[in-house]
Amino acid sequence: MLHVEEATKAFGGILALNRVSFDLYQGDILGIIGPNGSGKTTLVNCITGFVTMTSGKIFFKGKDITGKPAHKIADLGVTRTFQIMRPYYSLPAYKNLVIPLFSPRAKRTGGWRGGGKLGDRNTVGIDILEEIGFERDSFVPYKMASSLPTGYLKRLELARCLALKPEIILCDEVFSGLSMSEIASMVPLIERLQMDGITLIMIEHRLRELFRVANRVMVLNFGEKLVEGTPEEVMANPKVKEAYFGSEEVEEVMTYA
Amino acid sequence: MQILIYGTINSIALTLMALGFALVYGISRVPNFAHGAIYVVAGFITWTCLKALGLSYFLSALIAILITGVIGAMIYRFMLIRVRGMAISEIIASYAIGLAILEGLRWGGFKGMTYTLPLFIPGSVNLAGVPVDIHRLLLIGIGAAVIVLLWLFTHYTRIGLALRGMAQDERAALMLGIDSDLMALLATAFGSMLAGLAAIVLLPLGNIVVEAGYNVLILAIAVCIVGGLGSWMGAVLAAFLIGFAQILTVVYLGSHYQMVVALLAIIFTLILRPSGLFGQQKELEERV
Amino acid sequence: MAKADRRKERLDRGIKVRSDGIYALLSWRELAYLVLPRLVLIVGLLVLPLVMPSLYWQRVISNVCLYALLALSFDFLAHYVGLVSLGGALFIGVGAYIAALLNKYLGFSIILTIPIASIAGAAICTLLLLPCLPLRGVYFAIVSLMYPLAAMRIIEALNIFGGTDGIMGIDSFPSSWAEQYFVIVMVLLFLFGLRRLVNLDIGLVFRGVKDNDQAVRASGMSITYYKSVAVFIASIMGCLAGACLTHIYMFSGISLFALDFSILPIAATVIGGGGTLAGPVIGCFILVPISELLREFGTLRIAFYAVILMAFIVFKSEGLMVYGQRKYHQFERWVKI
Repeated sequence: MLHVEEATKAFGGILALNRVSFDLYQGDILGIIGPNGSGKTTLVNCITGFVTMTSGKIFFKGKDITGKPAHKIADLGVTRTFQIMRPYYSLPAYKNLVIPLFSPRAKRTGGWRGGGKLGDRNTVGIDILEEIGFERDSFVPYKMASSLPTGYLKRLELARCLALKPEIILCDEVFSGLSMSEIASMVPLIERLQMDGITLIMIEHRLRELFRVANRVMVLNFGEKLVEGTPEEVMANPKVKEAYFGSEEVEEVMTYA
Repeated sequence: MQILIYGTINSIALTLMALGFALVYGISRVPNFAHGAIYVVAGFITWTCLKALGLSYFLSALIAILITGVIGAMIYRFMLIRVRGMAISEIIASYAIGLAILEGLRWGGFKGMTYTLPLFIPGSVNLAGVPVDIHRLLLIGIGAAVIVLLWLFTHYTRIGLALRGMAQDERAALMLGIDSDLMALLATAFGSMLAGLAAIVLLPLGNIVVEAGYNVLILAIAVCIVGGLGSWMGAVLAAFLIGFAQILTVVYLGSHYQMVVALLAIIFTLILRPSGLFGQQKELEERV
Repeated sequence: MAKADRRKERLDRGIKVRSDGIYALLSWRELAYLVLPRLVLIVGLLVLPLVMPSLYWQRVISNVCLYALLALSFDFLAHYVGLVSLGGALFIGVGAYIAALLNKYLGFSIILTIPIASIAGAAICTLLLLPCLPLRGVYFAIVSLMYPLAAMRIIEALNIFGGTDGIMGIDSFPSSWAEQYFVIVMVLLFLFGLRRLVNLDIGLVFRGVKDNDQAVRASGMSITYYKSVAVFIASIMGCLAGACLTHIYMFSGISLFALDFSILPIAATVIGGGGTLAGPVIGCFILVPISELLREFGTLRIAFYAVILMAFIVFKSEGLMVYGQRKYHQFERWVKI
């Protein structure tokens, strides 16, 4: 579905991405992990067109999308969330969704669960929020985005992508900043997205939770792809241990994975 | 040959005008729309010192530069500091200050006569068959000296390095213990002093009029945009580009087209290469 | 750590909650609460020319409304789309010159020149501002500042469009009543139209662009496109004002690119309350008459607006309308801690 070939990005003298290549197949949940500064967010920025690559190519469903502007790439169905959450703070939660529902893609596809035609955007917005976990009958969907707690905001980020009826969602650290119970309730949501046919790339630091949902994992270090494989393969790889942390903590993670 | 000489003169003139603006923007990310106003103020102060107080030219110039530095610092300290970070308010505030000064001068300033500053050294020489005012040659010398001194200052003195650090990344500079407010204050003061210097050097070539303030603002902005907002060396290079372009149009098309050149330069830069020649910020990209 | 033993608390009045968000209007009183301020504004404006028939005041009223159009466009762009327009004079000048040229050289009557000048002018202004729309906000401010200044100098230097003398002998409005009521109606239309617009779905997209334009990009919408639409809307208002201006004064010259038109809308918006759309109109009602009184002082007026503007901004004042709205919608009381 997504074919990334030799993605390279240099910021002045620093090589943030160094010839990273991988493939993403429909229905995958691909986890991307790596220590801080390994280029994970830069990779997402490059794929979604927020940053122009120094060299390399990206293909989506066979079409070359290298260098296309960000909004065109989103229009094709490749959506993303932001690591630093940025909802539209001055608007209520459901109005936050009206904006993506205004996009051409939403008009074409009707948004998540919309059967090809877009109804009244306010109602569709509330429907999506309900699916995502905002309780419908409460006042939560109507609260100002600035007053919502983190768990809801993360779901709102995902909801913004869903409004476009995406093919791919690149999730940049959706689990970060959440408590254990909040993550526990996010996981079924992720699985539901997968069942709906959405392919996901998840950048994460919370390895235990990630390995529960991901079927393949890729490790980046200093901008280079280190390893790719199933979660078990990756965790067993000594190079990963070296890149990430010392030796002892790996044992702990492995027993829970 | 004539083009070469006058081109260089014009370019250095533009550099002098633009460096002050580039300095302030590069360091505090606030466009100092009062730049033109300070330029004119410097001219008036020098004139007052010279004619009304009868001081020597050198002393008047020095006083004017110092006073403009103080004015710049005060602008920062009392106005801009209160609105830093709020983009809309910063822009409006700086614009308002500039307008207040310029229009205030237009009304309440000296009226009646034309005000000029005398040339440093009157007379002209013949350079390869082209007559050039000595003052204009001095201009080149002073301008070149300013560029070199600025380069040395920002590369070899502590304050200069601190200023450069702030220009590159304010947060990192803060973490290293550089007081960003103080630096911005100094930057505004220096920028104003540069504007004052430019005024003293350039105004003798014309009259002291308020219109000059607006012209300087437009030209300084044009140079900075073409060179890349925030890059000092870019401003110098852009000044040469625009300077020569202007002289060429004067020679081949007529002298009224100078402003058009500046305007077109801005538009072309924004369309083709928005970050300018040496722009340090990726204008279209955003680190997410 | 607080030493005080009481604090101020602000609560929405009950009537606001019932009549505003929930629309459970139960009585005439609540209906009046909502409708009355707007009614006062509309009726007040419409009645104004009848109340002040002297020629001097008629001019003032027309001027107030024209500046109000500019102030509306500034407020809309700055507080609902995030673009600070420092050069409202560009819109006025472009609209005025197009109307003048159409009228003088093509003989179009006023019924044609005004609409054509508004729309064609808006298209031209949007095109001129287009290069800086994909870029960060400060570029828009700089470029919009520059255009009127540059336009003045270019027209003067190249001696086109009448040069420094300008274009004279333009038709005026059929009667002074037509003149005033036309602009008043335009102001009311645009004021209420814009207030409606910013709550429509497309208005939300504009506000999204102001809040967080990267997210709008990530949702598959081109921010350049939406910014251009917003600029187009704002420039229609400005060019309309310019076209009306040239017919009122029967003249069009480089003075129409003057800083007056750039800074008074900004000052009016800041004083009247930015973001409310009605505030700038009120601000104009205050500033324009004062500016007329100060006419003898020449361009000191501009310095005066600039100083007021600075004072308001530096002291972070919220503006009259915002203050008024707060008093109207909320009540305050001291609460013991």
